[in-house]
Amino acid sequence: MSVDTNLIPDDAVGSEPSPRALVRAELPRWAQPAVFGGSLVVVGALLALAGAFSIGLFVFLAAVLFAVATYLLSRFVEGGRKATDRLVTIVVTTAFLIALAPLVSVVITVVGNGLARFDAEFFSSSMRGVVGEGGGGYHAIMGTLIITALAALMSIPVGLLTAIYLVEYGKGRLARAITFFVDVMTGIPSIVAGLFAFALFALFFGPGVRMGFAGAVALSVLMIPVVVRATEEMLKIVPNELREAAYALGTPKWRTITKVVIPTSIAGIASGITLAIARVIGETAPLLIIAGLTTALNFNPFDGRMATLPVFAYTSYAAPGVPREPYLDRAWAAALVLIIIVLVLNLVARLIARVFAPKTR
Amino acid sequence: MTKAITASDLNIYYGSFLAVEGVNMDILPKSVTALIGPSGCGKSTYLRSINRMHEVIPGARVEGVLELDGKNLYGPGVDPVGVRRQIGMVFQRPNPFPTMSIYDNVIAGQRLNNKKMRKDATDTLVEQSLRGANLWNEVKDRLDKPGSSLSGGQQQRLCIARAIAVQPDVLLMDEPCSALDPISTLAIEDLINELKTEYTIVIVTHNMQQAARVSDFTGFFNIEGTGKPGHLVEMDETKTIFSQPREKATEDYVSGRFG
Repeated sequence: MSVDTNLIPDDAVGSEPSPRALVRAELPRWAQPAVFGGSLVVVGALLALAGAFSIGLFVFLAAVLFAVATYLLSRFVEGGRKATDRLVTIVVTTAFLIALAPLVSVVITVVGNGLARFDAEFFSSSMRGVVGEGGGGYHAIMGTLIITALAALMSIPVGLLTAIYLVEYGKGRLARAITFFVDVMTGIPSIVAGLFAFALFALFFGPGVRMGFAGAVALSVLMIPVVVRATEEMLKIVPNELREAAYALGTPKWRTITKVVIPTSIAGIASGITLAIARVIGETAPLLIIAGLTTALNFNPFDGRMATLPVFAYTSYAAPGVPREPYLDRAWAAALVLIIIVLVLNLVARLIARVFAPKTR
Repeated sequence: MTKAITASDLNIYYGSFLAVEGVNMDILPKSVTALIGPSGCGKSTYLRSINRMHEVIPGARVEGVLELDGKNLYGPGVDPVGVRRQIGMVFQRPNPFPTMSIYDNVIAGQRLNNKKMRKDATDTLVEQSLRGANLWNEVKDRLDKPGSSLSGGQQQRLCIARAIAVQPDVLLMDEPCSALDPISTLAIEDLINELKTEYTIVIVTHNMQQAARVSDFTGFFNIEGTGKPGHLVEMDETKTIFSQPREKATEDYVSGRFG
């Protein structure tokens, strides 16, 4: 049964504030921090008394107590709606902190372990003839950059044009089929992409083929659907009015697309593409199969094995030499470099988005 | 420069749905023709069919004859892009290109079609078009600012400037003032009065006072009921339509008795 709140007399609801009152009781600003501190102290003391203090249990119980105590206090003083608001705020914030925890942990671990070999030598020398100390990841850095650049070079035109087809031209069965296969491709495990590239190139070059270009093909299999999806979404949000405005000026469709639709959405497309690059640059499995690993610098993606940062980090860690320490340090440094590259790409994406975004004043 | 438009037995479809049926209409050059009628009666559909914007919607098509100075706009081999260069359009909601400055918006027709123009020629064209749209004095000091920085009324006048910069013969306006305040509306109506010395103007409006104020001729569209096609009930000089229309339905509509 629904009740019109206006019909409820002012004194009908007991401790619940009257729905028609404009001024309501409110918790003082210090109340919530005080409850938070109180929860920490109480839980800490209880756990200490029980003699079972562990940091995980402490954080968990303190969070639960804090949420429950805040809810009850707020419900008593402020009423149900505010209490629910505070409870949901706590839950949402907690979820955010939980999501953030592994990220922070990864960054701290990688930076902490990676800084040991994050030096000039790491960026200037390969592993050629290096056993034990010294050496670096220069060959792997160059390999990663070359292979990813090639992958981007293949994926961006294909992905961009596919998205343009789907949004601007495609209708009927073909468009639906493409959309379906793009969705399927999005879910392809990366190892399958590597095996695909391996099988494909084995047809031409015989079994046991290893080359950087094949790695780029494998990566572009993973990258194309991401580019298509990102670009498609961006093209879709370009208002139809702009297309009609261009048509009404006597502009052909292809010029409308190249000069109105794409410029309007270029910020989103560019950042989507950058994120797609960031997504594939850390791929290990396909490159492990098809690009292989080498200790020497190889600038030619069409000839022989090519080292990449993820594979370099993996093999250094999984199969270190003797002594182990320098190998592990190099693995962490490679991971750190990879994270920095991805970070830079993300920053570039934001910068691109800001530079190209339509200005409003 | 201005041209007449003649529609004979024009049927307009969305897929298999007949949206507008049997329109016969003569639109004289250098005149303002207002199209009025209740929502969904096909005024805008008819307007959009005049510059072949109708077929931008998938499945939309037209039967019958629509002539611009005796040439069938839907004849074989007619390029819709060419039609739209001669018949400009202003939309209900102002839609300046967000990526372009005020200056570039005005010459968007040239820029988008890759016409090479000397800088002084474009400067002249921009000034001329903005003056034509009564906007020059308001924006002449900030031509490099984005078009979206203008107010709604100014944006709509910018769109009119953009439409007249390609020097069309006919200007179609689809409820150009429905998103604007009375002062901007007045500015646009004054502008329409000035523009009719050079262009043939067709305007769709829901505002009957506006139709009475700006137009020389008025066509009244109506629809029998939902799912039925819209049709042109009658068309005559605006004076006649608003004082002694031939049809009862028109009289009811303009006097506010229905619709």
